[in-house]
Amino acid sequence: MLETYLRDRRKQKDILLMTHIVLGYPSFEDSLRMVTAMVEAGVDLMELQIPFSEPIADGPVILAANQKALENGATVADCMTLAKTVSERFDIPFLFMTYYNILYRYGVSRFAEDMARRGMQGAIVPDLPPEEAGDYLDAMNGQNLSPIFIYSPTTPPERMKYLAGFGKGFIYCVARKGVTGAETRFSSDLEDYLTRCREATTLPLAVGFGVKSKTDVDFLKGKADIAVVGSQTIRLMDEKGGEAVEGFIRGLR
Amino acid sequence: MDNRGYYAGFGGAFLPEILVATFDELERTFREARNDPAFWREYEEVMSTYSCRPTPLTYAGNLTRHFGGARIYIKREDLNHTGAHKANNVMGQGLLVQRMGKKRVIAETGAGQHGVATATMAARFGFDCTIYMGEVDVERQRPNVFWMERLGAKVAPVKDGTRILKDAINEAFRDWVSNMDATHYVLGTACGPHPFPEMVTYFQSIIGLEAREQILKAEGKLPARVYACVGGGSNAMGLFTGFLKDPVELVGVEAGGRGLESKQHASRLCSSDAAIGVAQGYKTYFLQNGDGQMQETHSIAAGLDYVGVSPILSSLKEAGKARFEAATDDEVVEAMSLTIRKEGVIPALESAHAFVQAFKEAPELSKDASIIINQSGRGDKDIFTVADAFNDPRWQDFIIRKAKGYHA
Repeated sequence: MLETYLRDRRKQKDILLMTHIVLGYPSFEDSLRMVTAMVEAGVDLMELQIPFSEPIADGPVILAANQKALENGATVADCMTLAKTVSERFDIPFLFMTYYNILYRYGVSRFAEDMARRGMQGAIVPDLPPEEAGDYLDAMNGQNLSPIFIYSPTTPPERMKYLAGFGKGFIYCVARKGVTGAETRFSSDLEDYLTRCREATTLPLAVGFGVKSKTDVDFLKGKADIAVVGSQTIRLMDEKGGEAVEGFIRGLR
Repeated sequence: MDNRGYYAGFGGAFLPEILVATFDELERTFREARNDPAFWREYEEVMSTYSCRPTPLTYAGNLTRHFGGARIYIKREDLNHTGAHKANNVMGQGLLVQRMGKKRVIAETGAGQHGVATATMAARFGFDCTIYMGEVDVERQRPNVFWMERLGAKVAPVKDGTRILKDAINEAFRDWVSNMDATHYVLGTACGPHPFPEMVTYFQSIIGLEAREQILKAEGKLPARVYACVGGGSNAMGLFTGFLKDPVELVGVEAGGRGLESKQHASRLCSSDAAIGVAQGYKTYFLQNGDGQMQETHSIAAGLDYVGVSPILSSLKEAGKARFEAATDDEVVEAMSLTIRKEGVIPALESAHAFVQAFKEAPELSKDASIIINQSGRGDKDIFTVADAFNDPRWQDFIIRKAKGYHA
């Protein structure tokens, strides 16, 4: 179970790290290299994004990576294959992150079955609120997979509790308004928001959107369980190559 | 949000969590306005004093004689301010923005019609305005960009994806998730997450309500069929809503582009290239591949060049309550020429799709029957696009000489 793993791991570390890559960007060989580097740098779990042509919650860096991966011919089948490889090879949990149409076209229950068969542990689907997620929740729960739900700073407390009723594994707290990759102010407002999140659920809390330095990760210690680094590693890979990523991640804690 | 806007399984509100509270507010504001009889009166007042409502229903006597069948009427949405039915939706949403107390509006635009309409509304109501427009469309629709900027709007070219309408919609959503407190997204068609399909249809229904009254006055009975082009589907929903409960056949005409077999079209409801999916916050038929990736679309009419279609139209199709056909680029230019020559009215390339199908069917209908074609917009305003569609050599010479003048 993802939640048990996270709780055990948290006993050893004061904050966990989750990283994010876009599968097939720029190639599946590169994706495998990135996963290897990230695992060796000590990340505790990873989200693997299946590219989609209309990624409305993503900012320019991840958006461009989605497009490039698709231009280079990435398919959902390729993503499933890579998922199997990495979950066999590495001893950390892997999650899929993607948009609902990918699951819908694949067939939601078949998607969950194939995820489970390939050793994936959960999924983050940012355009699927629980009100629309009946089939998805049945399929994920049927396979003992964790559906991860999202909190945002605009989510009222009663809705936070409602969402927690559907989430498994952890809750993904979006640190601010906007899309991935932009600047986040690690401020007392964020701290207040995380206090509201903490009060609404007993699930571990992950915080993402704009986390990109040791200072940011340090800020989150004691306020959250998992720091999520997304766009920054892709930016680094684009600018300095995959080798730079491992050192960057080691430097975050 | 209790009612999630489903129409026989199509629609819904597939929203990122960050927008849930914003949509709750929008839904509530719309519901209150809709239940307030004074609101519709206020809307009609705005539309009759700022735009040209009611728009006329023009009897097309020459076209009727030419085809020798049903009596042809044209609903003149081209006579709206800014030249298209888009004004109906935009002014209605502007009134809602006032009710919500927001100060900034954003919108997507393809051909530029909806962008220009939104920019006029923003100027009139004193809102800040940003229009997202695919880079490809910015290139091919410069006159509309010119007017949007004169009207005080910021036009943001979208360089991601296929750089057309759907990418402009994505970018507008990205703006909205950052600025929702003071910003309203004026979605231009009857698509997107609930309540947009219902809300846009509500404002556009003024077309069908007027047309029904006008045809009863002119003919003393209902029309046999009504025709509208279908991009996102707002002008079709507007016309159809007036006749939903009547024994009137509703015909929607999609962009057949270079032919349904060519893969270069935008036919979601009458081509096997489309499948049901979920994107841009709603469930409907999309032109997509087996993995669920959206495909490129093509139409001579930029306003019809879109991957999705109103979930309400999808439900009408499934229920057999509306029929959908496709018109090719070539047929569109021909129907447009004929209409201009015979009646002296100039339909937009988008609207001309509806004329194509009406012209195919008018001769087979009895002379006692009537039909209505929705002329959703005017074509003369888009002279650059239309002149290209007609491939007019003297126009091209003129442009070349004009360009030389700027170099001199």
